[in-house]
Amino acid sequence: MDGAEMNIYAKVKEAGPLLSVRGLSKFYGSRIGCADVSFDLFPGEVLGIVGESGSGKSTLLSCLAGHQAPDEGGIVFDGRDMFAMAEPERRRLARSEQAFVHQSPRDGLRMGVSAGGNIGERLMAVGGRNYGAIRETALDWLGRVEIDGARIDDRPSAFSGGMQQRLQIARNLVTAPRLVFMDEPTGGLDVSVQARLLDLLRGLVRDLGLSVVLVTHDLAVVRLLAHRLMVMKSGHVVEQGLTDQVLDDPQHGYTQLLVSSVLQV
Amino acid sequence: MTTASMPVEAESYNFAYLDEQTKRMLRRAILKALAVPGYQVPFASREMPMPYGWGTGGVQVSAACLVPEDRLKVIDQGADDTTNAVSIRKFFQRTAGVAVTEATTEASLIQTRHRIPETPLTEDQILVYQVPIPEPLRFLEPRETETRRMHALEEYGLMHVKLYEDIARHGEITNSYAWPVMAHDRYVMTPSPIPKFDNPKLSDSPAVQLFGAGREARIHALPPYTKVVSLDFEDHPFVASKADHECEICGSRESYLDEVITDDQGGRMFVCSDTDFCGSRSAALETERS
Repeated sequence: MDGAEMNIYAKVKEAGPLLSVRGLSKFYGSRIGCADVSFDLFPGEVLGIVGESGSGKSTLLSCLAGHQAPDEGGIVFDGRDMFAMAEPERRRLARSEQAFVHQSPRDGLRMGVSAGGNIGERLMAVGGRNYGAIRETALDWLGRVEIDGARIDDRPSAFSGGMQQRLQIARNLVTAPRLVFMDEPTGGLDVSVQARLLDLLRGLVRDLGLSVVLVTHDLAVVRLLAHRLMVMKSGHVVEQGLTDQVLDDPQHGYTQLLVSSVLQV
Repeated sequence: MTTASMPVEAESYNFAYLDEQTKRMLRRAILKALAVPGYQVPFASREMPMPYGWGTGGVQVSAACLVPEDRLKVIDQGADDTTNAVSIRKFFQRTAGVAVTEATTEASLIQTRHRIPETPLTEDQILVYQVPIPEPLRFLEPRETETRRMHALEEYGLMHVKLYEDIARHGEITNSYAWPVMAHDRYVMTPSPIPKFDNPKLSDSPAVQLFGAGREARIHALPPYTKVVSLDFEDHPFVASKADHECEICGSRESYLDEVITDDQGGRMFVCSDTDFCGSRSAALETERS
């Protein structure tokens, strides 16, 4: 580790966590959605959450993003308590400083609205009122996610699955959020498209200094993107640590099973 | 014969058709609507002796506002003599016995469908609009729960997405009527389907403006001198446009024109849509000439 990097770590530590979660629990009746989850997410950090289907990772993500109200625990974003906040303020925060990338682009895009309109929506929602400027920004973002600018007036329904997902990412990142929630961003894409999308995401995360909470069941995705990893089982966090450490030297029995179940080609 | 069409004082406990409880309910809704400009106040819309779409909302609001001293004018697309206008005017003549007029300047209450009179209104007048769909976001978001939330949280990005799409696809915003407006810097509202030519008259009007939607059971309102801004983009500003002709009857270049097809050979003429404005202008020109 050289001096410059030390410097960055020192700075980050001083700035404090962007998102800090304490004792978060969500129950569905008597069943557990997720229980007693606590972590800190620092600026520029990517946190991966892995686990099998039904392990509570999507419940956790939707609680973090404010789509569901947790039953217990607290979330502090940038020093502000998300649950003490009035709903208008929380929604304003959700559309300016936070973003949510859905697994299916159909959930995150307006399929009846052109690509430019999709990217422009968040800009207009935070007060953008100049058509030319909105269009220019949309074109710039199409370029950044490797979509041909000539397709700005096409609807997403005319796009391939990979393009739709890239468009969804552009639409979410256009207002320069600081925290992005991603739910299986590469799900349902074939491997070569996945690889390109991962490349793109890695570049964007690095260039924009994004903090990301990434939910996936694909260990290869977290290996590439995530700095830190949290393993969930039956609603509980069973292991967390640096990604490489957890994947190369799994301590908990479930993590060991998970790592050994990955097919080797 | 005359007893059927003329109300007798002793019999007409319920002035202007509605019972007192209903009028009370309507007036409460109207007052609330005036207190929160542009906010859609739900009310218990009654069945009226006319079909939905014929101005049941406007009629209820008018009935709640009418007093015996009022002088009523009813217009439909600017005209005093079309079926809708004539039947509503007759209805109130019969149920309220109020005086009626076709002259904008003489009226104290004007019920309108799809126009604002050309003659400037005054502080002594109430303008009642008939509204088919009071929700400006309805065609963008079909769920009422969602649109209410969007109004409550001032989330109007979607409205501009619609305008953006128009420009991207057609080069301009394509609404020619029902152009959405921002009332008092807070609520996006629909001005009912008036032509965009009339939008500037909404703002800072000295008259009280009430909007009644009977089928949708909503009332919204603009108190006098309310700031009303037509939504647009900085680089694609709102323009109040009309047909680029002059009226073939009175020669006005300033009033909103209707295009009238006169034969099947492509013959057409442009005439004022506001019949009172056109008529009084023609009469004035006539006296000048003679």
